[in-house]
Amino acid sequence: MYKAFLIKYAEIGVKGKNRFLFEDALVNQIRFVLREVEGEFTVRKEPGRIFVETETNFDYDETVDALQHVFGIVGICPVAKMEDNGFDDFAAQTVEFLKKEYKECNFSFKVKARRARKNYPLDSMEINKELGAKIVDAFPEVTVDVHHPEVTVYVEIREKIYVYSKTIKGAGGMPLGTNGKAMLLLSGGIDSPVAGYMMAKRGVKIDAVYFHAPPYTSERAKQKVVDLAKLVSKYSGSMRLFVVNFTDIQLAIYEKCPHDELTIIMRRYMMRIAEHLAKENNCLGLVTGESVGQVASQTLQSLAATNEVCTMPVYRPLISFDKQEIIDISEKINTYETSIQPFEDCCTIFVAKHPVTKPNINIIKRSETHLDDVMEELMQKTLDSVEMITIGE
Amino acid sequence: MEAYLDNSATTRCETQVVALMTKLMLEDYGNPSSMHLKGVQAENHVKQATMKIAKTLKAKEKEIVYTSGGTESNNMALFGVAMAKKRAGKHIITTQVEHAAIHAPLSFLEERGFEITKLSVDENGIISLEELKQALREDTILVSIMHVNNEVGAVQPIEEAAKLIHELSKNAYFHVDAIQSYGKFKLQPKKMGIDLLSVSGHKIHGPKGIGFLYVDEHVKIKPVILGGGQQKGMRSGTENVPGIAGLGLACEMAYETFDEKICRMYDLKKRFCEELCQLENVKINGDFTKDTAPQVVSASFVGVRSEVLLHTLEDRGIFVSAGSACSSNKPAPSKTLLAMKVPMEELEATVRFSFSYHTKWEELAYTLQVLREVLPMLRRFTRH
Repeated sequence: MYKAFLIKYAEIGVKGKNRFLFEDALVNQIRFVLREVEGEFTVRKEPGRIFVETETNFDYDETVDALQHVFGIVGICPVAKMEDNGFDDFAAQTVEFLKKEYKECNFSFKVKARRARKNYPLDSMEINKELGAKIVDAFPEVTVDVHHPEVTVYVEIREKIYVYSKTIKGAGGMPLGTNGKAMLLLSGGIDSPVAGYMMAKRGVKIDAVYFHAPPYTSERAKQKVVDLAKLVSKYSGSMRLFVVNFTDIQLAIYEKCPHDELTIIMRRYMMRIAEHLAKENNCLGLVTGESVGQVASQTLQSLAATNEVCTMPVYRPLISFDKQEIIDISEKINTYETSIQPFEDCCTIFVAKHPVTKPNINIIKRSETHLDDVMEELMQKTLDSVEMITIGE
Repeated sequence: MEAYLDNSATTRCETQVVALMTKLMLEDYGNPSSMHLKGVQAENHVKQATMKIAKTLKAKEKEIVYTSGGTESNNMALFGVAMAKKRAGKHIITTQVEHAAIHAPLSFLEERGFEITKLSVDENGIISLEELKQALREDTILVSIMHVNNEVGAVQPIEEAAKLIHELSKNAYFHVDAIQSYGKFKLQPKKMGIDLLSVSGHKIHGPKGIGFLYVDEHVKIKPVILGGGQQKGMRSGTENVPGIAGLGLACEMAYETFDEKICRMYDLKKRFCEELCQLENVKINGDFTKDTAPQVVSASFVGVRSEVLLHTLEDRGIFVSAGSACSSNKPAPSKTLLAMKVPMEELEATVRFSFSYHTKWEELAYTLQVLREVLPMLRRFTRH
């Protein structure tokens, strides 16, 4: 029944002279997600709207699902495309369309017509009136309400005639890549994929860094992170995943620093490495899944201690979220099932029974001086061995 | 160097087996139920395989039922007997150290009114015949005991158990999970008093997805997979002809030059265990000097978590498993080792090495050399 989708977007509308950049980014992303969908699509930009059209057979559910993964779209309207064989035929087709669209036709409605083709015999007001009358004739239980209708039947007269009345909710947010790129610290947990998703939602492109510690962490733990990156990339587009072998640094910290400070010092080195990779890859900030007070390393004191090593801004989109709220989003974006697979990551291998919860930056810095003679070499070795995996190309 | 020491998880398929299966998939791909020539050819392949298999057990051809593997064989035996015998009684005896493919179906039956007795084991993983004797009752309909334990290689006294069972419980059938023992022991169900016996193809250099259940001709069980009535109604579904042919060949090959192969494996095991024992803080689970299986060595490397050791060895091309491979994706302490009352610190540090008749001493020597090298390094970093 449908042969086209009208894409509605909101915030872009107010972007002034840069507006075309946002619209182009949106069109590109729509084309990107539709590559995987059965069917041939053309994506057409028009003032204030984007049309996705197809002449071939296509999978409706798959198409809608793909479009719902595109940030910047607030609404997706499935459109029926009709041949123009005179007004009576068009009205009859519209009635058929409404019958299929609504199980019970007992709503209040109005018709809202636009003419792109100005030589159509009726003008917009006339179409509203005449078509409205035909609909009232066809469904005795509908009423007309031009101020607060339950259903609006939109009509656009072009070469062909487009009719739509339902809007499927889109993902919202901003088109990808319109707000720069950031480096996500991706672990195998529940939080970090959600953090990546939330930044992507505001149009930020994502690269990710994962720290693994063979043989203390397994190949499966790494595979799990690759799987998570793939799931996030369904929203965030293609990304590069940098895999850092963190074992030697972790062991050095374990041998030379007080055990209750292990996690904080480890996190400080992770941030340093992440920042280094971020700068090399034109990222403008770091992203973490931290949330205040969730674990010892996420108290305000601990966050201050890890943040202190960075010069780049660190974005923490989940900072005031409760665990359940984060889980809810991870279920929505389909990362939860993967996140809860029980493979250990490098953060859980070496943990003290009682880690410091209120670290003092000066004490931490003093502990880190124990690493002075080895760390430069270790850092170099670690950075030289970073593996890059491209995801979603 | 690569050393694949996880043969109790699965084995490499023999080249001849693969060649035969390829031929069957590309050329003799008929359905044995078809009336035309292609069907007859396929049926002949099945018949030949059955002949080979029956020969290894000194059994009759009609006593072999093909399944999708060890798990299905076990399920078929347990459910098949339970359904056929529920009027005679609802008591089933098994052991604490069975594979999940026995324990899970039995839990299912327990929830539906059957009574399950689980025999305990000693520190070597062996059941007590006295306890079995006490457990046997008039309403016992089935006893299911694994021959060789998959985690530690303990061998149960099957023949003695069979005598007790048939003497004390007239209504009881005796099922043996022989998935780890077929190909490593000479098995003659008739002589040994075994009524049902489960075997899996991929543990003996055959293909995955195929196995069989030996069902003594006098034993009546209810089929659990119903449909087109293939395999005399015992297991419906078009026969997995390439799998069956591959399995038949693998079974035949397992028992070729059998004594020589098994002797060699015992020598390897003995030498490997002796050298392992010389390493610091290593404990071998179960008794390896006595009558254990030739292919399994379970060792605890105290102070090193088994998963970490596994990945370290993997890095050097050595493949082993931590506990039982089938459960390693859901870390839970091994039931067998718990039943043997292995202390937690040893349990967490347990690695299983399992051999095949292809295993060479060079591979084991290499493994020992790597262990000597990495164990001190790994022990520096223990979790507290």
